[in-house]
Amino acid sequence: MSTAASLANPTTFSSFLSSRLHRQQAPASISTFNVFNSTAQRSFKPLISQSILVPNPTVSCHASVVAQATSDSSPSGSATSFHGACYVVRDNIDTDQIIPAEYLTLVPSKPEEYKKLGSYALIGLPESYETRFVEPGEYQSKYSIIIAGDNFGCGSSREHAPVALGAAGVAAVVAESYARIFFRNSVATGEIYPLESEVRVCDECKTGDVVTIELEKSLLINHTTGKEYTLKPIGDAGPVIEAGGIFAYARKAGMIPA
Amino acid sequence: MAASSSLSSPFVSQKDADVSPFSSIKISQKKVSTKIVSVMAQRKPSATGSVKMGMTMTEKIFSRASEKSQLCPDENVWVNVDVLMTHDVCGPGSIGIFKKEFGNDAKVWDREKVVIIPDHYIFTTDERANRNVDVLRDFSHEQDIKYFYDIKDLSNFKANPDYKGVCHVALAQEGHCRPGEILLGTDSHTCTAGAFGQFATGIGNTDAGFVLGTGKLLLKVPPTIRFVLNGEMPDYLLAKDLILQIIGEISVSGATYKAMEFVGSTIESLTMEERMTVCNMVIEAGGKNGIVPADATTFKYLEDKTSVPYEPVYSDDQARFLAEYVIDVSKLEPLVAKPHSPDNRALARECRDVKIDRVYIGSCTGGKTEDFLAAAKIFLASGEKVKVPTFLVPATQKVWLDIYTLPVPGSGGKTCSQIFEAAGCDTPTSPSCGACLGGPKDTYARINEPQVCVSTTNRNFPGRMGHKDGQIYLASPYTAAASALTGFVTDPRDFLR
Repeated sequence: MSTAASLANPTTFSSFLSSRLHRQQAPASISTFNVFNSTAQRSFKPLISQSILVPNPTVSCHASVVAQATSDSSPSGSATSFHGACYVVRDNIDTDQIIPAEYLTLVPSKPEEYKKLGSYALIGLPESYETRFVEPGEYQSKYSIIIAGDNFGCGSSREHAPVALGAAGVAAVVAESYARIFFRNSVATGEIYPLESEVRVCDECKTGDVVTIELEKSLLINHTTGKEYTLKPIGDAGPVIEAGGIFAYARKAGMIPA
Repeated sequence: MAASSSLSSPFVSQKDADVSPFSSIKISQKKVSTKIVSVMAQRKPSATGSVKMGMTMTEKIFSRASEKSQLCPDENVWVNVDVLMTHDVCGPGSIGIFKKEFGNDAKVWDREKVVIIPDHYIFTTDERANRNVDVLRDFSHEQDIKYFYDIKDLSNFKANPDYKGVCHVALAQEGHCRPGEILLGTDSHTCTAGAFGQFATGIGNTDAGFVLGTGKLLLKVPPTIRFVLNGEMPDYLLAKDLILQIIGEISVSGATYKAMEFVGSTIESLTMEERMTVCNMVIEAGGKNGIVPADATTFKYLEDKTSVPYEPVYSDDQARFLAEYVIDVSKLEPLVAKPHSPDNRALARECRDVKIDRVYIGSCTGGKTEDFLAAAKIFLASGEKVKVPTFLVPATQKVWLDIYTLPVPGSGGKTCSQIFEAAGCDTPTSPSCGACLGGPKDTYARINEPQVCVSTTNRNFPGRMGHKDGQIYLASPYTAAASALTGFVTDPRDFLR
């Protein structure tokens, strides 16, 4: 979200016009600078740390469940790729489906309740989704990457939505497009890495496919089908994600004391 | 959607706004075509010396709040926040983040600019829900928060003099909404306040925690889509029908990241509560904010509610809009949004075969005083009893009081409550968000079985009001009341003519 990202440059804009028109101007579509600088230190919260469960005697579920969002990290702990089984959803998955309102009494900043939120992630999906995202009695999902259609996360501003997904072990989402507040909350919390695809990957992937996301190459690789897809650059949200969230970004920018 | 809509729908024509330097993009039909329909020619620069670029009212608010004399859409700027609102669902989480990031002993940036309004899960035995209100209380005491609308006695809402109810209606009624300001809230329907000519939008806990400590936030300036609504409002239409028409037109993602500005003679004729209804559902189109220029109606409403000085802003004639839609309101008909999406628009009269199980009148969208007056008008005109359980959930204490005291025009002095009772509706319940979003299982009027409900609320995604297979038809209070009387989705003209 740099102040340099203005639309004063007609060249940039005409290239936007010539690309596929999207219904929403997510930051990813209108960036005038490339944040995918391979030399940049990526300090995005290592999502893997939530999936690797430290042995905890109070956790009664199977801690090692498959959550396998493995992620290659540099020594500093930042993620450059995500790998795991994907869960595919359609368009307009709203926040009530991601985390139904009755679970909003759980406060995300309380660690025990944060964990509980994970167990309810995507429990609001209709019965037409035959495979459950999180098995009953579990706190985490075996699917660490979500593939979605348009307008993912529409509806409420509840931060519980990206939090529930993150708590359930989701490392990244690849959607065709996002709703604004959900995208913003994802970036602010660092719970999930919100990526956008160029095409409707939700039509080409099936729940259970094993995929890898290479951030620096902006690539989604479906190992099960053998196909690869280009992802859009993260855009204006890049500097905030790279800093490690809105607070870290603000401290770097001198807006709040370190 | 743009061009095709002007062919298929005579009610909505597209006026291509001349925009520079970025072209006006027509929003294409949602699930079908994504090709660019038209691109506008660039406006020639004025010949008379240096020209300050015209700004929309939303851009002007950002400009003032970020202390930048000029800015463009898509710039990211740090803005000063005038009011931050939070409630019982997101407040505790925001407070947790505030303390974690700024320290346990940190103080909020301004104790008079944080408004804390418990409203979501109040009248329930759910322990965590009750605990969350306690968390708000502890924080408010610790921080000496000036505006905390507390509730302690859950068995009798009237025993709580400070308690208000639904946050967005309370914000307006308590004078916290002012033209030209920036209001942020941890709730997606914070956009309601745009009815007052201010920038108002929903944010999450982390952003709210940040604002609590600094009074600022990094926001992206949204481009504006203008909706010009002209024509005399037919007596069977309400503001809800207007916004359902628009959402149905542009889809649930038609305004993502954009400001929706509402102008025109119809808008000018609307009361503040009706303008709030329009702006309330901007989020249902994905909009970042909704906004209505402040005028005499606004100033009159604010007269007795706030003494804080404010300065309204207005879009320049040369302001650049992403697109402009012109709607002849006189041609519109009562609408519903069918399950399971707010953009699943249909004419109410074409749904007359849909049998329903219940009606819900309430929420920030359709639970204000005028919404209940409207419903009462239909029941009065009919004189009959409702055929299905009809739940009435006033948004705030003040609305509840109005229902029991205000005379309904043409009724010979009867109050809404008397008319509702005569019609066999449920007794108006304690004010809160209620079942609009389902809530804990013991929430009044929650849908706990796969039933069909006509509701004056704002969303109808699967499971919204409780049961995953509940079928929710979003409608105006007129349409909801008419439907209650027949037991089917019903066009209110059946009772108004």
